[in-house]
Amino acid sequence: MDVLEIARWQFGIITVYHFLFVPITIGLSAIVASFETLWVFKKRPEYLRLTKFFGTLFLINFALGLVTGIVQEFQFGMNWSGYSRFVGDIFGAPLAIEGLLAFFLESTFLGLWIFGWDKLPRGLHAATMWLAHLGTVFSAYFILAANSWMQNPVGYEYSAENGRAELVDFWAVMVNKVQLVTFPHVMTAAYMTGGAFVLGVSAWLYLRRSTAEGDRPMYRIGIRAGALVTLVAGLGVALTGDLQGKVMTEVQPMKMAAAEGLYETAETCAPFSVFTLGTPDGKEEKFALTVPCLLSYLGTGSFDGEVQGINELREEYAEEYGQDPGEAYYHAGDYVPVVPVTYWSFRFMIGLGVLAAAGAALVLWATRKGRVPTSVWWARLAVVLPLAVVFANSWGWLFTELGRQPWVVYGLMTVGNAVSPGVSTTEAWISLLSLTLVYAVLAVIEIGLTLKYVRAGAPAFQEPPDPGNTPADDDAPLTFAY
Amino acid sequence: MELTTVWFILITVLWVGYFTLEGFDFGVGMLLPVLAEDDTERRVMINTIGPVWDGNEVWVLVAGGATFAAFPEWYATLFSGFYLPLLLILLALIVRNLGFEYRHKRPERRWQSRWDAAIIVGSFLPAVLWGVAFANIVGGVPIDADKEFTGSLFTLLNPYGLLGGLVTLLLFLTHGAMFVALKTDGDIRHRARALAVRLGVGAAVAAVVFLAWTQERTGTPASAVVFVLAALALVAGILSARAGREGWAFLGTFVTIGLAVTGLFLALFPDVMPSTTDAAFSLTTTNAAATAYTLTVMTWVAAIFTPIVLGYQAWTYWVFRKRISVHHIPTAELAASGT
Repeated sequence: MDVLEIARWQFGIITVYHFLFVPITIGLSAIVASFETLWVFKKRPEYLRLTKFFGTLFLINFALGLVTGIVQEFQFGMNWSGYSRFVGDIFGAPLAIEGLLAFFLESTFLGLWIFGWDKLPRGLHAATMWLAHLGTVFSAYFILAANSWMQNPVGYEYSAENGRAELVDFWAVMVNKVQLVTFPHVMTAAYMTGGAFVLGVSAWLYLRRSTAEGDRPMYRIGIRAGALVTLVAGLGVALTGDLQGKVMTEVQPMKMAAAEGLYETAETCAPFSVFTLGTPDGKEEKFALTVPCLLSYLGTGSFDGEVQGINELREEYAEEYGQDPGEAYYHAGDYVPVVPVTYWSFRFMIGLGVLAAAGAALVLWATRKGRVPTSVWWARLAVVLPLAVVFANSWGWLFTELGRQPWVVYGLMTVGNAVSPGVSTTEAWISLLSLTLVYAVLAVIEIGLTLKYVRAGAPAFQEPPDPGNTPADDDAPLTFAY
Repeated sequence: MELTTVWFILITVLWVGYFTLEGFDFGVGMLLPVLAEDDTERRVMINTIGPVWDGNEVWVLVAGGATFAAFPEWYATLFSGFYLPLLLILLALIVRNLGFEYRHKRPERRWQSRWDAAIIVGSFLPAVLWGVAFANIVGGVPIDADKEFTGSLFTLLNPYGLLGGLVTLLLFLTHGAMFVALKTDGDIRHRARALAVRLGVGAAVAAVVFLAWTQERTGTPASAVVFVLAALALVAGILSARAGREGWAFLGTFVTIGLAVTGLFLALFPDVMPSTTDAAFSLTTTNAAATAYTLTVMTWVAAIFTPIVLGYQAWTYWVFRKRISVHHIPTAELAASGT
């Protein structure tokens, strides 16, 4: 493999890995903060136990999300210096703002949350988790603004003199129409992930034979809260996903065509393919299950709207951007992403998301009026639901990023031009292999720790100190220490 | 003042923030096997930095992001050029951070000692490698007309670069020992103070040689003044530690590191990465910079949010201002059942 391929594999592996933890972090921080707020106001011990229990699981997960995020920021410069030079004027700004607004907030207030039980009044302590959550929201906003710019470059001018894209309208980048649909889509997906996690863990503990009878009502709170968040957020994901589909069809018609494996332009009433088996080039179709006119609706908002096909778009692109490799930043060769990957990742994303939302609805229904069904199937569902959402997230990103190929900045710069010219294949291999190896080991450790703490269940209730009302005892042991 | 100069100053500030703050938590991490005599003392040390190390580390992320935004060419050349050392720093930071977060999550001795090793190695490598990297930035590296670094890993391991690594290592060790002396009570406090004095003398010797060498190569009158002040601050810090004034001693190393970094950036200006191939290929604050528009936007954001960040970070240090000693460390079971 050459440096480009290795760098692409690294970006894919490192980014998908990072994004296993990010949505859990975003979703769980909000849920933990909610439980703690309930504890502050209602003073029911269950809420504090749930806070501490899911707080610990959140921290185990956050730690990995954080360290893998560090690599994200620096690999742009390491592996993609061509990209960094070309877009730094635009892309660097949201990245720097993310650091200043989000990372400081998250890390500082999580430090206060972890160690502050005996130092901060209760309300303020709960607020630190909300602030950490706010940090994750800022983080999502600015990094997605950067990504949305790559999907749909706006607010820039190409400077031939400097050989780069230059920012002319920062506000346009912040309210890019792709960003305005992507941010709520990713955020709702993150809440869905957090909800499914709480639902799954609570249901599993509830159904476990060794769980104390007295703990069941507490886990039932977790089940119901998790299911509610999953379902509501799931509806939000569907709604924003629908809007995103329309914006995508408008700004990246090729991605939508590839998502559908639509080779020939459908002038009206394009059918949505639920799934198709055939040859990847679309020449032969063995089996297809389709919904008439649905694709037209998804893409354009009207059942008889036109959806362009891959073949027509390819010709348009060749005409617009040329097929001459001489033009450094505009050469793309073939403008079609790998269709089977795009097609199936789109379906896995939607399918797993729908499955999880339906599962959550089922759980809400089955647990109404104090009931909790106890068949083994519910325990299985408890394991499947969170995983379904987590993988739906991954497939969503793979679809978004691979569907944009060969562009790194849509219509402006190809991936081939983005790679660092000075990096050797040896260096790139060392980086890919060492990071992948370390990440694999860390995955084993993380899963082990998570399972250990899930099995242990929520810690027993212990009245925490209340520094807002009682004076601190300087010689008492710390409530928490590493 | 030119916006490019403003951003050169802001990036200097970010690196000053990073090295003065994470400098001591690197030091604490490296001194774990030296200063602590048992597990409880190790935990005392780790908990002196427990609430703050993560916030300290964000300074480098913001420095990296700000360099990307304000000087994209610098960011691209630096990080693709210093590829392997940077990778090593990243791997070190990963295992180190998880060491803090995961160490107490299981009671087994083997588990904990492995994470101790992760903390120690993970603190040691960046402490040395950042020094090597900065010495090479200031000293210059081969850069061609396309702004690409043309050297290899071994280009960076020159005597000046390695001395730079030794200086940051010794300074951070001293800084860490001063911090432990300031933040603990009991035996460990006295051991830390005594060690800080000895390490400080070593750091002073190495730093003076390195800073004089830097001054001789690329220094300006301004950098000379700052370097002399840095050296004086270190001497003052060591003397304060000897006199048992730990607050002043820590302030001494804090100011030393801050001034030394400032001096290096003064010696660098107006270059950001001088080329040893041809001075005409050097990256400067002008030819590596983003557009005036981007810098203006970024200046507003920085002007509004930096004071807020400084405010709440300072507040964190205030909340956790108490000294920690062995009797403050809860039992292992408590740690496992908490958060």
